[in-house]
Amino acid sequence: MTRQMTGAEMVIQALIDQGVDTIFGYPGGAVLPIYDELHQQDKINHVLVRHEQGAGHAAEGYARSTGRVGVALVTSGPGATNMVTPLTDALMDSIPMVCITGQVPTHLIGNDAFQECDTVGITRPCTKHNWLVKRIEDLPRILHEAFRIATTGRPGPVVVDIPKNIQFQTGTYTNYKGQPQTQYNPRVKGDEAAIREAVALLAAAKKPVLYTGGGVINSGPAASTLLRELVKLTNMPITSTLMGLGAYPASGPNWIGMLGMHGTYEANMTMHDCDVMVCVGARFDDRITGRIDAFAPNAKKIHIDIDPSSINKNVRVDIPIVGDVGYVLEDMIKVWKQTHPQQDKAAMAAWWQQIAVWKAKKCLSYRKNNDVIMPQYAIERLYQLTKGHDTYITTEVGQHQMWAAQYFGFEEPNRWMTSGGLGTMGYGLPAALGVQIAHPDSLVIDIAGDASIQMCIQEMSTAIQYDAPIKIFILNNQYMGMVRQWQQLLHGNRLSHSYTEAMPDFVKLAEAYGGVGIRAEKPDELDGAIEEMIRIRKPVLFDCRVANLANCFPMIPSGKAHNEMLLGDASDDEIDSAIGSTGKVLV
Amino acid sequence: MMIVAGQSQSAYFLEETSTVSESHTLSVLVDNEPGVLARVIGLFSGRGYNIESLTVSEVEHENHLSRITIVTGGTPQVITQIMNQLARLVPVHRVVNLTKKGDAIERELALVKVAGKGEHRVEALRLAQAFSARTVDATLESFVFELSGSPTDIDRFVNLMTECGLVEVARTGLAALSRGREAM
Ligand SMILES: Cc1ncc(C[n+]2csc(CCOP(=O)(O)OP(=O)(O)O)c2C)c(N)n1
Repeated sequence: MTRQMTGAEMVIQALIDQGVDTIFGYPGGAVLPIYDELHQQDKINHVLVRHEQGAGHAAEGYARSTGRVGVALVTSGPGATNMVTPLTDALMDSIPMVCITGQVPTHLIGNDAFQECDTVGITRPCTKHNWLVKRIEDLPRILHEAFRIATTGRPGPVVVDIPKNIQFQTGTYTNYKGQPQTQYNPRVKGDEAAIREAVALLAAAKKPVLYTGGGVINSGPAASTLLRELVKLTNMPITSTLMGLGAYPASGPNWIGMLGMHGTYEANMTMHDCDVMVCVGARFDDRITGRIDAFAPNAKKIHIDIDPSSINKNVRVDIPIVGDVGYVLEDMIKVWKQTHPQQDKAAMAAWWQQIAVWKAKKCLSYRKNNDVIMPQYAIERLYQLTKGHDTYITTEVGQHQMWAAQYFGFEEPNRWMTSGGLGTMGYGLPAALGVQIAHPDSLVIDIAGDASIQMCIQEMSTAIQYDAPIKIFILNNQYMGMVRQWQQLLHGNRLSHSYTEAMPDFVKLAEAYGGVGIRAEKPDELDGAIEEMIRIRKPVLFDCRVANLANCFPMIPSGKAHNEMLLGDASDDEIDSAIGSTGKVLV
Repeated sequence: MMIVAGQSQSAYFLEETSTVSESHTLSVLVDNEPGVLARVIGLFSGRGYNIESLTVSEVEHENHLSRITIVTGGTPQVITQIMNQLARLVPVHRVVNLTKKGDAIERELALVKVAGKGEHRVEALRLAQAFSARTVDATLESFVFELSGSPTDIDRFVNLMTECGLVEVARTGLAALSRGREAM
């Protein structure tokens, strides 16, 4: 089916043909023709943010919580440069996103025209791919290819930069959905011989562990179901990165908690001592491995990843399997069932016993306090009181993010949205907005810090406009807690600029936006206040006053190995001397 | 070893762990579209790989395909990582490690300008003849020689010319193909 239409109409038509019903954007001179088309149709719902960064993170939240692509529309120049952070964020966390940017007309490109910037140049390193559309003939092909590239293989953000004159020009539109327009064709099926060998290795393991990541979530809900089946078949302990939480339920019998820098003692010890490790859709990031030459020193490693460049990048593995996690897990289960291997039952029992010993350390315990709300306690209560609800959690970046990961249990994939790779403060509020727009009747909570929340607070106004009743649960410790913790660990507790001397009154701020503000200062008023927050069908800023100087433990100090964790009962001396000179230079 | 975009090599890794840095010549077949060279160069600078030499030219006009020849250095693991990162770029069709395939033909063209009088001039001309360089420009006080050959041949020639009044050199960078009937 082909039709004559303008470039601006093509943009809308391609979105419709791709099944997009919601986009996040902000207008400006170079996208006015597209906004004019938006005005004259009712198939696509446009959410007007207050800052382009908000549009990007909202699109990310929308994508992560639905498994669909997130779409953002912004103008040239500052509109495009404001998108750089969310694009980089989406690239690092493999979030499918299509960003359409306006550009000055083709004859002005290169002239330093008003609101001109080299959008494709600036966004080249922070997108999976990008295009500047110079001819109307190319526009339909590029628009549809943009969606294919964003969503297939290892997902990621793409940018389509469209000069204003192209938006006005008329051309022939063809719906290329499902028809590849380039040779890009990522491999999804894993190598069969490698899969067989992996299953054999796994079956013979005495101390196996599954280490899973965001790739399981990206592969779709079926991958999480398959993962659960594999765990059941093999009775392996399973841990996950920050990005992979929820693929296996936190209440599942084989769950040993998150791993890595702020992971549980049992997860990190299991990783350190295992003899066979299966890494599923994760990438041996430095937050996970700790000191690389002491990482799982006795383990044979199997690595399943859709991106060949992730393999052997940081850690050398024994059996790499390039493919989509879902396909590979399916094949592994098939092979396991065909060969029904005999596991060493005694060894497995001993392994689980060892894990039980590590678990008995109760690494997530903390000193309870009757006068001050402990941040860990606040998350525990939030988790308990939201259990019966259809809940989605986003976070900002800092201690509160790690406490959320540690103390909130996730039972399903796509319920947990956090900025893992880039660690973007300001992500959580707009991401929550995107989630809430996609799931209007669900309970969407941004677990925030008092510093982070001020980075994209303007999106409260968007939430009000669209009746998106997001809940912003601020663990207010008056500090940039994570920075303060590192200053304590690394810089003799000299707290250079990590204390916020002028804090807004969050309750009044909520009211100023037209939302509701709640404050809780004592442990005994917390439950009631959380229940009230849940009941309110409006955006809420919840100012939860917590202990100011609590540290986030357990922690693998930079440059240390998995078996050198600092636990919650560490003394001040241990904390002061935890990081050596080589660890100091690491982030 | 060859990496097709999106496909991986077999499940087994050929190279051993080694910390010795080696120089490798990679051939990269790409769509000839705007920005493709910037993508490749950006990848190298962004990830801290080094480029010893880089040439690019359209080789299949009909199919809009260009061939980029890159000489780069690194340990075997880094070279594999570079190849995988290149293959990940959307316009990249194929990446071949010609050094690994062994015994590839590598050629470069150089234009070498020398100036001088008397004995220097005679010596320059004699050396040019010995290297089978063509004289493409001559004045009473200068020559421009054209020489094609392996990069080491050209290095040697240029080194000798420094003794004979070398003024400037322009080199094309490497063109390289594997031997035998197979294409990349
Ligand atoms: C945009 C951005 N700037 C700076 C940082 C560095 N950073 C990491 S955590 C942090 C402090 C966060 O403080 P807060 O939001 O109050 O959370 P807390 O750690 O107190 O829970 C900072 C400044 C970052 N991650 N992102």
